[in-house]
Amino acid sequence: MGRLFAIEIIYRGIFQKTLARNISRAIVLAAHKEGKPGISFGRYGDSPERNGIPAKSFAIVATDDVTLEEGMAKYEPKDVDITICVDDTLAKGVESWAWYGLQPVNKLLKPGGTLIVTSRLEADPIIAMCHRKETPYEMAILKAIPSFSGLWVYKDDHTDVRILGAIAKILPDLFSLKSVQAAITDEWHDAVKVTSAARAYEKLTTVTVKPTQGNPEVPFKFDLPKWHEMGEGIVIPSIPAGHKMEDPGTHATGGYKPDRNPTFKKFSTRTMRPVVDFDTCIKCTLCWLQCPDSCFDVTPEGLYDANMEACCGCGVCEAVCPVPNCVTMVNESSFHDNASQWVAWRKDKTNYKGWVQEKIKGHGERSHGFRYLGQYEEQVPEMLDIATKG
Amino acid sequence: MAIATVVEQQKGTEETALITGSEAIAVACKLADVDVITAYPIRPYDTVMQYICKLVANGEMDCEYIVAEGEHSQFEIVKHASAAGARVFCGSSGVGWMYAMEALTVTPALRIPMIAMVGNRALDDPGAFGVEHNDALAVRDLGWQLVWVDNAQEALDTALIAYRVAEDRRIFLPCAISCDGAFLTHSQAVVKIPSQEQVNKFLPRYNRGDLLLHPDNPITVAPQGNEDWVMEIRRQNYAAIERSYGVIKEAYAEFEKIFGRSYGNPFFEEYMTSDADIVLMGMGTLSTPVKVAIRKMRDEGKKVGFVRMRWFRPFAAEDLAKCLSRFKAVGVIDRDYSMGSPYNSGVLATEVRTALYCGSGAKPPVLGFIAGLGGREVTVPDVEKITASVQQAAQGKTQPLTQWIGLRE
Repeated sequence: MGRLFAIEIIYRGIFQKTLARNISRAIVLAAHKEGKPGISFGRYGDSPERNGIPAKSFAIVATDDVTLEEGMAKYEPKDVDITICVDDTLAKGVESWAWYGLQPVNKLLKPGGTLIVTSRLEADPIIAMCHRKETPYEMAILKAIPSFSGLWVYKDDHTDVRILGAIAKILPDLFSLKSVQAAITDEWHDAVKVTSAARAYEKLTTVTVKPTQGNPEVPFKFDLPKWHEMGEGIVIPSIPAGHKMEDPGTHATGGYKPDRNPTFKKFSTRTMRPVVDFDTCIKCTLCWLQCPDSCFDVTPEGLYDANMEACCGCGVCEAVCPVPNCVTMVNESSFHDNASQWVAWRKDKTNYKGWVQEKIKGHGERSHGFRYLGQYEEQVPEMLDIATKG
Repeated sequence: MAIATVVEQQKGTEETALITGSEAIAVACKLADVDVITAYPIRPYDTVMQYICKLVANGEMDCEYIVAEGEHSQFEIVKHASAAGARVFCGSSGVGWMYAMEALTVTPALRIPMIAMVGNRALDDPGAFGVEHNDALAVRDLGWQLVWVDNAQEALDTALIAYRVAEDRRIFLPCAISCDGAFLTHSQAVVKIPSQEQVNKFLPRYNRGDLLLHPDNPITVAPQGNEDWVMEIRRQNYAAIERSYGVIKEAYAEFEKIFGRSYGNPFFEEYMTSDADIVLMGMGTLSTPVKVAIRKMRDEGKKVGFVRMRWFRPFAAEDLAKCLSRFKAVGVIDRDYSMGSPYNSGVLATEVRTALYCGSGAKPPVLGFIAGLGGREVTVPDVEKITASVQQAAQGKTQPLTQWIGLRE
């Protein structure tokens, strides 16, 4: 049997669907330049047509057809040589529509495999976001503004070809930079893209991530019931209504915290989260009313606490809030847990105020979507800088 | 009985009436105190809705009677009513039944014990009123229990049995009672009408239990499910239809105890088989010309019997294989077609062969006969012709595996 190469691309539904497809297609095309057969496919059970839902594409390449068939006999690869994570907030884990529980971003990596993350951040904060892995692996940061587009538009910022250049560096047995460049020329007829791929190839460096590094949390897991343990008639008992909240200081109870689906958390859909300034909240109820995921818990004093086990990060609360800077969407990579903001505020209001200011100022940039005309143009200097320096 | 002439008042509380097969089903609905009935006209099923309508109008029956704007809605409405705990009745014929196909598909998946009457009718085109069994057979793989009856008394009794079986918590699957268009739906016969007390004793109230769609029992019904769930859901339905075999047996035994009428083996009726060399098989009202022909041939010394399938789903394969292994050859008369199927036989013939192939006993040759399509009469000479061919097969002479009978050629 020959050698089998497997690469997965973890991306966000809709925003990066075209990007992921471009990458997995180009991997197969570049390998084809060296006579290696391959297939490119999206994980069918994912729901890549839904905003921000973590999803996967795969490229499987082999040195010969029989070996490729070995790789194709599985629904998806059980281990991969390279994982490409095209949004750094996905480093916190992946909960797809296709399975149950939170899957660490590095789960499928073979020992010594490489995790490529596109990010503005350095390796260390990304490593801190990733769950710990029993075997060491390599991490490569490809400097980039997270490349988000839409279902009908594509942000052609060279992220795809730069990743291709990076792969040629990490896994030269798969294909050479020359093959990558030939495939890019065939597919896009663009000399600048060929140059972008070469730059990524030249500048790419990796760091080794040890088993002691990373998020020690045990990821949420869920065992599927056996057929005779399931309720009949495709009937599911409803989630109980909810209960009162308790003030961490006074232990007074009140408000309302709805009970939520214990087996489908879906918060890994989030690329940004609301930071709430409880001191300026006027209790208008709009965020609570408009949240499509009912993520706001009502506190005993009638404030609205965005529950990070339920928030999908859509930003509707920010849009409807009538008070300036009361609800601000902040990039998810700025946070390391899902703790209640309200509890932190109740414990120490002065400290909390400082925390809010720091989060809003430091990492206020939204991860996707543009709020005003000209915002895209504002990113161009940074993009050019990344393009030239890598 | 307002809808029929009471011809005789028997001892006790049982009445008799001269009614059609459709009226017999309507009477069963009244006796079962059905809560929600939906209707949309198509011949020959429409006779049932007319009779029930009359019962409601005359104040003899209390139910929600909803005329839908088409068969799809007709079946969807009762599906939802049943989920909310109502005993329901519905029905259709031919392409009307097919128009409801999406609703017919989800009904067993959701474990809805709907009882439907199929007035068997040829599928269009050409537009034809006459009987063919392809309409009801179209749902044979989906979890529907399917039963064919051949007289009005059996129609009434089977409807009551069907409610008891379908609404059993171990089952919760729909059941379609097939009545041949014209031969059964439009011909009157004297039928014994059981008393309400007997029926109440036989038929417990429908209790949807933990699956009840009600504000006091908040549930989600039929959410989206991916490949992690679908096989388990299908397996549950297999378990239910497997259990149905035993629950049907229980119901017939209980029926005999309460009503004093026995149907013997619930799944198929054997006629003059004890000393038979060969047997014919079929479903529904073709039993009449077949039985007449058999009596005639018996007078001529031919040892022919008849096996009439009642329950097609669940299919009593082991029992049938054991039964048929006693004979030298089997001739299956299908009032249906299955285009391009193995040997281009009808549906019943194909399933009988499957049952025999996997049975432990002898495997007599099975000849398939397509007859009586579109309501064409199956005549006594037709049956004699069929029998002659089966006799040849019994003697080891090669016969075509499928023959069309009564065809102009």
